[in-house]
Amino acid sequence: MPAVYKRFKKVGQMRVYLDYAATSPVKPEVRKAILSYLAQDFGNPSSIHSWGRKARQAIDEAREKLAKLLNCKVEEIIFTAGGTEADNLAIQGLVSKYWENRERFKENGKQYGKQKSEKGKSNFQFPTSKPISNFQELISLPHIITSQFEHHAVLKTCEILEKEKKAKVTYLKPNREGIIEVESVRQAINPNTVLVTIMYVNNEIGTLQPIREIGKMIETENKKRVKEGRGRIYFHTDAVQAVEYFPTDVNYLHVDLLTLAGHKIGAPKGIGALYIRKSTPVSAIIFGGGQEGGYRAGTENVAGIVGLGKAAEIIINEKKTPAKIQKLSEYFIDRILKEIPETELNGSRKYRSPANVNLYFKHIEGESIVLSLDLEQVAVSTGSACTSLALEPSHVILSVFDDPKRAAGSVRFSLGHQTTRQELDFTIGKLKKVIKHLRKISPYGQSGQKRG
Amino acid sequence: MAIESLYNKKVMEHFLKPKNLGEIKNPSGVGRVGNPVCGDVMELYLKIREAKSKKLDEAKIIQAKFKTFGCGAAIASSSMMTEMIKGKNLKQALKISNLAVSEALGGLPPIKRHCSVLAKEALQRAIASYQKNKAD
Repeated sequence: MPAVYKRFKKVGQMRVYLDYAATSPVKPEVRKAILSYLAQDFGNPSSIHSWGRKARQAIDEAREKLAKLLNCKVEEIIFTAGGTEADNLAIQGLVSKYWENRERFKENGKQYGKQKSEKGKSNFQFPTSKPISNFQELISLPHIITSQFEHHAVLKTCEILEKEKKAKVTYLKPNREGIIEVESVRQAINPNTVLVTIMYVNNEIGTLQPIREIGKMIETENKKRVKEGRGRIYFHTDAVQAVEYFPTDVNYLHVDLLTLAGHKIGAPKGIGALYIRKSTPVSAIIFGGGQEGGYRAGTENVAGIVGLGKAAEIIINEKKTPAKIQKLSEYFIDRILKEIPETELNGSRKYRSPANVNLYFKHIEGESIVLSLDLEQVAVSTGSACTSLALEPSHVILSVFDDPKRAAGSVRFSLGHQTTRQELDFTIGKLKKVIKHLRKISPYGQSGQKRG
Repeated sequence: MAIESLYNKKVMEHFLKPKNLGEIKNPSGVGRVGNPVCGDVMELYLKIREAKSKKLDEAKIIQAKFKTFGCGAAIASSSMMTEMIKGKNLKQALKISNLAVSEALGGLPPIKRHCSVLAKEALQRAIASYQKNKAD
């Protein structure tokens, strides 16, 4: 059956992956660096013998590389099982430490109260005292500021803390460009604010957030607070989508906590890290053997950690990739906007990750585009990979545009270091065909000329 | 990985080459259901021929067309629904359940079953609009 074979070959010639924001392939250098830790160098880093020492040394070296990337101290890096866990540790850990400290105050207060009541004539307690103290607790819950379009790792964590009455949360709305303005963060700060958590690059629409400016503003606010003897505000950023393309120097950014994930930067899945600036009050959220300085129990994922270290090293040394990808995505956006009618770019064109192109194709629904492109050997996604199983339209696009049709009709193309111009040309060709076909099916589409 | 792990062959067929796509000029009945918030909008157009008995139930669907804004399952469900109701009288057509549409497609993934419900609702509404026109 030569015809069938030929067709197969034709299809097999080009398969385009444009979903690097969901996950990226492990880089060859990383794979090479990892292999021995999956084979002969399998030791447990907590063991004293030579196997253990070898693994410990590998972790130490990886931590040094990461510290170099972030311009921080090695002991400020905590390895986790990924970005989601790092976000959870930052937010839950900080709030949990806040309550620990507060309990300690309360204990002291109780002892003081007891002494007082012993002196008093009766032990009678006014019946309303309890509700009032609850009420006071309620109004002085620690306050968190985040945004409506954070990753679910941050949003769900915040929602749970709210539900459990452990924190109050303000969800800031991004502007129409998909950016959280520094001023809106400043205005949301109140005396109970303990944490601001804003992502560095939005995972769906790729917009770049003014992390450094927010960090500086918080620092100014903290100076005032310290003078007045009040507690500080801590600043966390989920930098998962930013690491390869934007500065990650934590001092330049003025952040106290920063999340990293391995599999978005060419390391394996299941490894991530949280930078915790020295003296930032964070409690562990996973308990056990006291690894990672007590912040994260559990035998270290040695191979993953080595991989993450290697990936960090590659980013430090590889200066050309961002510019190359920038050029490609500019080309891609220009051509699509010119050649496919009724298409818009979601999010700022200027302040965005070079790896992300999120487009709104009017009149059609995203899943049908993804499905059709998949059959044409092009892999893209609607929103983030994590939400594609849910039926709700993208919370990110809704937060920016308040338009469910846009949320349902947007598709993310995310580029990576392996992306080529030929791949993009191939994709544009297929995309034109698919969009034309689907618009014919849609009741909103232009059948002939009669509809807009 | 084959696409069948997401949607089966029959669903994909109806998605890629939908049957009865389009609109009907001067339709006897139109049903429009859904909204972009839930992700799907379906428009069903019917051409209906009155029965000799003049009974509404016995009027026959002689043509059915659709337009759909939605996912693969929504497009396939609309396409299958139009196929299933063609040539049926209104009573027979209304007996077709959403499950029957889903089964005719060889089954839909659990989270996509509501797409077949939408097709059923579009049919109910299209027939209702025909009956209302007749009654007026």
